[in-house]
Amino acid sequence: MASVTYDHVVKRYTADLTVVKDFNVEIKDKEFMVLVGPSGCGKSTALRMLAGLESISEGQIRIGERVVNDVAAKDRDIAMVFQSYALYPHMSVYDNMAFPLQMQHMKKPDIDKRVKNASRILGLDNFLQRKPRALSGGQRQRVALGRAIVRNPKVFLLDEPLSNLDAKLRGQTRIELQKLHRDLETTFIYVTHDQVEAMTMGDRIAIMNAGILQQVGTPGDIYDHPANLFVAGFIGSPTMNFVPATAQNGSAKAAGFEVKLPKSLPAGKKGTLGFRPEAVTDRVTDEGNALQMKVDVVERLGSDQFLYGQVGGDSVTARVDPRMKVDPGDTVKLGLDTRSLHFFDSETELALL
Amino acid sequence: MTIASERVATPAAERPFTPEWLGQVFSKGLLHVAVIGITLVWIVPTLGLLVSSFRPLDQFSSSGWWTALSPPFKFTLDNYTGVLDASNLGQSFFNSFMITIPATVIPVTIAAFAAYAFSWMKFWGRDMFFLALVGLLAVPLQATFVPILTTFVNLGLTPENVGFVGLWLVHTGYGLPFAIYLLANFFRALPTDLFESAEIDGAGTLTVFFRIVLPLSVPAIASLIIFQFLWIWNDYLVALVYVGGTPEVAPLTVTLANLVGSKGQDYQLLTAAAFFSMIVPLIVFFSLQRYFVRGILAGSVKG
Repeated sequence: MASVTYDHVVKRYTADLTVVKDFNVEIKDKEFMVLVGPSGCGKSTALRMLAGLESISEGQIRIGERVVNDVAAKDRDIAMVFQSYALYPHMSVYDNMAFPLQMQHMKKPDIDKRVKNASRILGLDNFLQRKPRALSGGQRQRVALGRAIVRNPKVFLLDEPLSNLDAKLRGQTRIELQKLHRDLETTFIYVTHDQVEAMTMGDRIAIMNAGILQQVGTPGDIYDHPANLFVAGFIGSPTMNFVPATAQNGSAKAAGFEVKLPKSLPAGKKGTLGFRPEAVTDRVTDEGNALQMKVDVVERLGSDQFLYGQVGGDSVTARVDPRMKVDPGDTVKLGLDTRSLHFFDSETELALL
Repeated sequence: MTIASERVATPAAERPFTPEWLGQVFSKGLLHVAVIGITLVWIVPTLGLLVSSFRPLDQFSSSGWWTALSPPFKFTLDNYTGVLDASNLGQSFFNSFMITIPATVIPVTIAAFAAYAFSWMKFWGRDMFFLALVGLLAVPLQATFVPILTTFVNLGLTPENVGFVGLWLVHTGYGLPFAIYLLANFFRALPTDLFESAEIDGAGTLTVFFRIVLPLSVPAIASLIIFQFLWIWNDYLVALVYVGGTPEVAPLTVTLANLVGSKGQDYQLLTAAAFFSMIVPLIVFFSLQRYFVRGILAGSVKG
C-alpha cells in the first residue's frame, strides 16, 4: 500500500528517440490509475520503468517515500500482470503462483496458505494441478492475477491484461478487476489503449500521446472538460465532432451553422469547434442552435440511433432518439446543446472553453 | 498449420476430376514418389550390407548380395560369431561408452550455459563473440589435427597418460560451436515476458536458467544430445588420430576397422561389424526420435 510518484521522468533510447518526456504524475495510495493512449505513446514504457524492467533516463520514480530508480525489480515490492500473462508453461497453476514466494524463500506452509487463499478469491481451486495450456484464456488471466496477488505487493501493475480476451469475457473481467481492487485495497496502475476500459475502471485516468502526458483527471472530468484536441478526440465513442470554426462576438461560426458560445472568445479567433454526438439531438429548443444535416448513414443500436452526415460540408455525428424515423439521404433538422461545446485553439490545440 | 491446410484442401477434394483436384492429386502423388524414391535409394546399400552380413564367405566374394534373395537360400551367422571371437569387443564397447557419454555431457552442459549467456545476458562484445563462434563451424576439423596433437603431446595429454581425457577435450571443442549455435537460437525464441516476469518475481540469473530455461528447452537439448552422441559414437577419424595406437582406450569403430587384416583378408567380417556398431545408435535414435524431429524444427519454426 503506497503512493507512486513520477517526478520529471524521461525515457530516452538514443539522443533523438525519447519515448517518455517529462512525465509527472502522483498516484495516490489505493487508487486505481489508468494510463491510456494510442499504441506507441509511451504508456507501457512508463509502467515498465516503474516495474524496474527499463532504466530511467532522467527524473525520479518513488514508491511511497522511497526513490526506486536504482532498486532492482524484485525489491520494489510490486507485482505485474503481463498482456501475454507470461505464465511459466511447464509449471502447474499452483507452482506458477508459488514461484514468486519460493523466490522469497518463504516457508512451505505459508506459501500453501497464500496460494490457496488467492486461488479461492479467483475461483481457481479446481485447476491448481493443471498446466497453463490446459486452461482457457480467462483462467490463464486469473492465474496471472493470482501470481500477483500472492505476493501481497504495494502496487499492482497491469499491462493491457484484457486485450487477449474475447469481448464478453473482457466485460466480465473488467468488473471482477474492480472488485478485486476494492477487496485488496492496493494501488493499481493499469495500462490500456482502450478508452472504454479507462473510463469504466479508473479512479483517475492519465492520457498520454507521443510520450507526453496530456491530461490527468477523473473519467467524468476528462470526458466533460478535455484539456486539448487530442484528449477530446481520444475519449468518447463515437468520437467528438470537430468542425473548423471562427469565433465572433459571443458565437462561433462554422461552414454550415453558427452557435452561441457559453463564454465569449476574442473575435476572429480561428479554431476547432468540438461537440459530442449526444449534444446533437432531435430536440430543437432554440432555432439559433439548429443544424441542417444531410444524413449519409444511419446506425440503429436499439437503445440509441446514430446519424452520420454532413453539415455545411463538415462531417457530423448525432445521437438521436431511437424511435425517430430517418433514412440515408434525408435532410434533418437537429438541435445542438450549447452547454457542452468545446473550442480548441487552431495553433496550440488547447481547449479555450 | 495442419488444420488450416486440411481446410483448404477439402473443397477441391470434394469435387473430383476438376483441374484443381487433378493438380492436387498429381502434386501429392509426385511428392510421395519422390519421398519413397529417396528413401529407397538410401536404404538399398544398407539392405545390401545386411544381406551380405549373413552370407558365407565363398558366396560373398563370388556374387552380388541380391542373388541371395532368390532360392536356394544359404544364410549363416559365421560373420557375427567371427566378429565376436576375433577381438576384445567387450573392452571396445566399454571404451565407446567411456568416450561417448562424457564427450556428450560435457559439451552440452557448457553449451547450455553459454547459449543462455549469448541469448539473454548483456555483456560487452556479445554479438561479436557469437559471430566468431558460429564462424568456427566453417573450420574443417581435419585441419586441426596436427596443431592440436602437437599441443597435446607437449602438454602430456597422451592416451597413455590421461586415458580418455584427451578425446573428451577434442570432442568438446569440435562439438561446442554447433551446440551453442543450436541452443542459443532456441533460447532466443523463448518469450521475453517470461524472463521479465521471473525478474519481477525475484528469480536470479541462475534460477531462471535452471527453473525456466532448461525445463522449456528439453526438446532442443534432447536433440542436441542425440546429435552429439551419434556423432561421437560413429566417429572413426578423430578416435583413430588421437587414440588409434592405444587399444586399451580405442572405441568400437577403431577396433572393428582393425579386424580387417593388413592384406585385406577377413573383410567379410566388416559387414557384421558394421551392424554390430549400429545397435547402440539405433536404440538411442528410436527411443528419443520424437524429440529429434521436434528439436530440429524448434529453433526455426515456433509452435
